[in-house]
Amino acid sequence: MRELLLCPPDYYGIEYEINPWMSRARGADTPLVQAQWKGLFDTLSKLDCKIELVPPRPKLPDMVFTANAGLTVGRRFIPSNFRHEERAGEAPHFARWMEEHGYDIVWLPKDLFFEGEGDALFGGDVLFCGYKFRSDINSHRAVADILGCLVISVELVDPRFYHIDTCFCPLPDGGAVWFPDAFDDYGQRTIRDHLHDLIDVAPEEAAHFSCNAVVLNRDIVLPEGAPKLVATLRDRGYTCHPLPMTEFLKAGGACKCLTMFMPQKEKLA
Amino acid sequence: MFSETVVLRGHIIDSLILPKVLDQILTQGGDFKIGEIKIGQNRVDQSYARIEVSGPTHEALDDIVLRLRQHGAEVIEKADVQLAPSPADGVFPKDFYVTTNQQTFVTLDSAEIEVHPALMDCAVVVDRGARRATARKFHEVSRGMEIVVGHQGIKVVPVQRSTSHTDVFEFMSTNISLEKPKSGVIREMATELKRAREEGGKILVVAGPAVVHTGAVPHLEKLIEWGYVDLLFGGNAIALHDIENALFGTSLGINLERGSLAERGHENQMRAINVIREAGSISRAIETGTLKSGIMAACVRHGVVFVLAGSIRDDGPMPEVMTDTLEAQDAMREKITGVTTALMMGTMLHSMAVANLLPATVKTLCVDVNPAAVSKLTERGSFQSLGLVSDLEPFLRELTGSLAR
Repeated sequence: MRELLLCPPDYYGIEYEINPWMSRARGADTPLVQAQWKGLFDTLSKLDCKIELVPPRPKLPDMVFTANAGLTVGRRFIPSNFRHEERAGEAPHFARWMEEHGYDIVWLPKDLFFEGEGDALFGGDVLFCGYKFRSDINSHRAVADILGCLVISVELVDPRFYHIDTCFCPLPDGGAVWFPDAFDDYGQRTIRDHLHDLIDVAPEEAAHFSCNAVVLNRDIVLPEGAPKLVATLRDRGYTCHPLPMTEFLKAGGACKCLTMFMPQKEKLA
Repeated sequence: MFSETVVLRGHIIDSLILPKVLDQILTQGGDFKIGEIKIGQNRVDQSYARIEVSGPTHEALDDIVLRLRQHGAEVIEKADVQLAPSPADGVFPKDFYVTTNQQTFVTLDSAEIEVHPALMDCAVVVDRGARRATARKFHEVSRGMEIVVGHQGIKVVPVQRSTSHTDVFEFMSTNISLEKPKSGVIREMATELKRAREEGGKILVVAGPAVVHTGAVPHLEKLIEWGYVDLLFGGNAIALHDIENALFGTSLGINLERGSLAERGHENQMRAINVIREAGSISRAIETGTLKSGIMAACVRHGVVFVLAGSIRDDGPMPEVMTDTLEAQDAMREKITGVTTALMMGTMLHSMAVANLLPATVKTLCVDVNPAAVSKLTERGSFQSLGLVSDLEPFLRELTGSLAR
């Protein structure tokens, strides 16, 4: 059974602007925030997984996006080095919680920005990592050194899709859902070289963060607003659970950003 | 070109980061040379590439490197050159760096400075204040000057083969000996001279007295009249035999029309020297009308600068001949700025001396009837040097014929 880490949105809000989605003039509706997060929690609870909650902290509104806590492989946890000072305060809380729960903490050098599972997703045994807006490409090399796996670095070129998990979602059958225009030409070629069953997401559906989905075996929890993608996935035998995510989209996040796998990969081949 | 060395590590092959970085260098007007590459053997092994990135200006290079950093390129810090003071006037410090005739850069305070001129067998004098590096001969250094020692912080950029067009210097890799056909090469040489003139490059001719002995004077006169000669370097002999021929129709007493010894012809050489010495100079002899034809007269009439360097076997010498060899070398070095093509004919002594002064970028054709003279000059490593074993009169006749067509 997969284990997931979530963080209740008690202190969530749009308090700063560090991506094109955020606008302090367009704040989050608190009751709706609570309802949408509970919708995700309840949906995941019914699927084949166990949910752990990390206590939220005041003045760290984005702690709700646990995918950016770090990357967990086996019993090892590599905490993030956030690029923006606004989020840097989250790292020690996540690291402490993981340590208290029996994970070995492996810090990256402080000068290498790395934003965890948000920029590092396994497709099979290959770790696909996004770089430029948040993570440094040199952090990928350090992660490869720690884990001893093949790390494919791909450049993100559209600031709306600033983490790889906003435009790329590997599937258990070896393919992936992705929005190709979020990557440069080399990134697109690389992904096509390594994954053969790719499902392109239409631009209007990608804008609803359709790729920001939590995949649990044949169940896929994703934001509402992607009827074409849902139909394609259903044809392939997946059960889709579209959820309203409007309040989290205001901060540039959705289902996957709100979830971290513990671990994302049990062990590497 | 200015350059930096960068290193890429990681899964740079599978991620296509290496081809991306190389493409970016080229699309931004830079160039690269891969110094070392290690490709991981297994799927999880990381790869490594050390790349020398160059750009036409400091700013262009900085822009390129800034972009490459985004893709993980790490810049290797450059080591500065090591300097030592000259211990005495005319003496280099021990272990001084000996220059080549290739473009050379030295690193000072982590930035590269080009050494000027590209002159072989010199030391590099560095002026830290002016951030200037100069190649200097022994007699040009004085005590206390800072001079590059060792090999650290020095970069030599060999002449690259052209990618835009292929010329005779690039497709011919060996000397053209007596047994080989020469017309094609001579035609190509004519094309080179035309190209040099069109592109504003100076053409230097180094000639020995064999030009006169073989009866090639009218051809060289044509080259001068048609504007294919900007500079003439030689010794006392070329001027003397040319003038003897102009005044008496003989060269070393041999009548050039008939090929036989003229009556009391052996005296003509001495009388020619005396005529010029009496006039005061070659130029003066032409101004007064004493000297009317020949190579030297053509040079004066067409504003071709000549430098005549003396040697121990000289008769006379003629008034303009420099008998101080250092003075002659300095005069030649001063004049060669802007030379792109050099034609060296019938003189091993002067051809070798001048070749030592030229940067490797100058295209040099050496023509001599003696294969040893040709080999000695062209076996110096640069593909920009080409040798042709030929008598001078037929060579110049064919060259002027090609140029006229």
